[in-house]
Amino acid sequence: MKAGIHKLYAKGPKNADRLLWGRSANPLTRRGFLQKGALAAMSLALGSEMVFADYFPEGLIPAALAHSDEPFQLPGKHPELVVLNDRPINAETPAHLLDPALTPADLFFVRNNGIPPEKEAINPASWILTIEGASAQQKKNYTLPELKQRFENVTLQLTLECGGNGRKEFNPPAKGNQWSVGAVGCAAWTGVRLRDVLQDVGVKNNAVYIGYYGKDTHASGDPGKEPISRGVPIGKAMEAETLIAWELNGQPLPWLNGYPLRLVIGGWPASCSGKWLERIVVRNQVHDGEKMGGQSYRVPCHPVAPGAKVADEDMCIIESMPVKSLITYPKTGAMIREGQPLNLRGHAWAGGHEVKEMHISIDFGMSWQPCRLERPANRFAWQHWQAEARFPQKGYYEVWARATDAGGIMQPMLLPGWNPKGYLNNACHRIAVKVV
Amino acid sequence: MERPNYTQDYDKVLRSLYRAIIFLSSFAVVLALGLIYYGLMGNPFAPKQSPPVVDTQQKQPVSRSAAAADERIEDGIHLATGLRVADGFEVVRANCTGCHSGKLIAQNRATRDGWQEMIRWMQRTQGLWELGGNEDTILNYLAANYAPQEIGRRASLDVEAIEWYILEE
Repeated sequence: MKAGIHKLYAKGPKNADRLLWGRSANPLTRRGFLQKGALAAMSLALGSEMVFADYFPEGLIPAALAHSDEPFQLPGKHPELVVLNDRPINAETPAHLLDPALTPADLFFVRNNGIPPEKEAINPASWILTIEGASAQQKKNYTLPELKQRFENVTLQLTLECGGNGRKEFNPPAKGNQWSVGAVGCAAWTGVRLRDVLQDVGVKNNAVYIGYYGKDTHASGDPGKEPISRGVPIGKAMEAETLIAWELNGQPLPWLNGYPLRLVIGGWPASCSGKWLERIVVRNQVHDGEKMGGQSYRVPCHPVAPGAKVADEDMCIIESMPVKSLITYPKTGAMIREGQPLNLRGHAWAGGHEVKEMHISIDFGMSWQPCRLERPANRFAWQHWQAEARFPQKGYYEVWARATDAGGIMQPMLLPGWNPKGYLNNACHRIAVKVV
Repeated sequence: MERPNYTQDYDKVLRSLYRAIIFLSSFAVVLALGLIYYGLMGNPFAPKQSPPVVDTQQKQPVSRSAAAADERIEDGIHLATGLRVADGFEVVRANCTGCHSGKLIAQNRATRDGWQEMIRWMQRTQGLWELGGNEDTILNYLAANYAPQEIGRRASLDVEAIEWYILEE
């Protein structure tokens, strides 16, 4: 019985009752327990005797068990997202589900540091964003409707990737959520430019950084702790593609991705793009909020050997993400007939740059074949590529994909520079194929 | 002197008649229920499959909030926390899963020193309490159950784990 309790109940509540508890209800009243053993099993799992068991409807998960094991489905999310952690919620998208040109809302990965504000308590009409700080000329509040009305509305395709995407492959291992390849997505975000809002408030010449604060709360429940408060240098904040967004693919943001308002800063670690956005501070120093310092979202300023210990002062903040690509079709494990050509496609992105070339290899990098590569819809949007592979004989193959950015920098086939926290793994994505 | 009480006799007859009717109809109801049960559930005298029973051996005193969770164990994994059931499991559960999911532990790998560093980091920045004598128990558990594996510069694809399928185009 590998599936979680919720999955079982979702498949067929009556059947789940029988499988889990050996229970079937009175067929006339559809309540109660016809087998005494079933009641005993459920009571034991609950840790107390079940009073009024005779009235307990069939096919219902006892509320006390409903929190357990595997979430039935993350609210608003596709059931095939891989949940890495349920408190706080972290879930990634399998590569083949990232096939659409724009990542649908229910397939967009979730990387939460804290607990999102209760959805029912969020009112977009009265949501307030405050801009303040030592390098702001004034403190100013905007309601969400005011933002929409007062500033130019912009829709851009922007790629967001978690800084720790690919951490799973690090050796020695790095602590944290063990992302494989799917902590990335590209959607059409609608909002206003952060620049326009900052200019309306007025930014002093000594501004260095912006930092965000959201309405999410620390996973420990301690109200005195911020789960995360990061930001970007003022230059990045002022770029035309840096948005304060309220829509993803034309719909309000998914709750788990920051509803009703968030920053979207394409090409940089997604942790820069604060969710449930309430406040932006304009700083006269590098922002020192939660997860800006120490080793968080930082890599050694100078390359280190695998496993090295690096002092905090020798760790530097990650800015642009590296060049990377994914094979989104076919799904790994495809078996094709001898002589059958294999169509392949996917996306490529390069942090703050553009991808210039895309290649695949079916022989572990001995030869590379160029792919058709589309231009990005706008800066920081991922680019789509296509190719057709032919295999010389029957057997086991791997297709490896490699993107090259405008500066000529390519994805490595092995893990790039080891770092203590396991960031920036942009090694080539690969899928397994059998010709039979 | 005594005059026969016809009303009383009549009542007596009526009462035994009632009893007979109730007795017979309850018999009919039991029979009907039995038939319905037989029809829906099959032969009640056939050998029954025993229901999957919660593993009582592993049941140890747990905190009140944890008592409500799914205590089943499959393949040595405690389902509610996702943690391996081994020496020190309850101490780890009590000290670690209050603030974060057990799944966060289970997906990580580190040496004993590495785990100790994580504990120090949580104590320094995340409000984790002093673990006292429990720290050794916790570190032994983590080092034994979640130790690093040697995978080189890049592991092979896990060919066993791949779901192979025929691709028709």
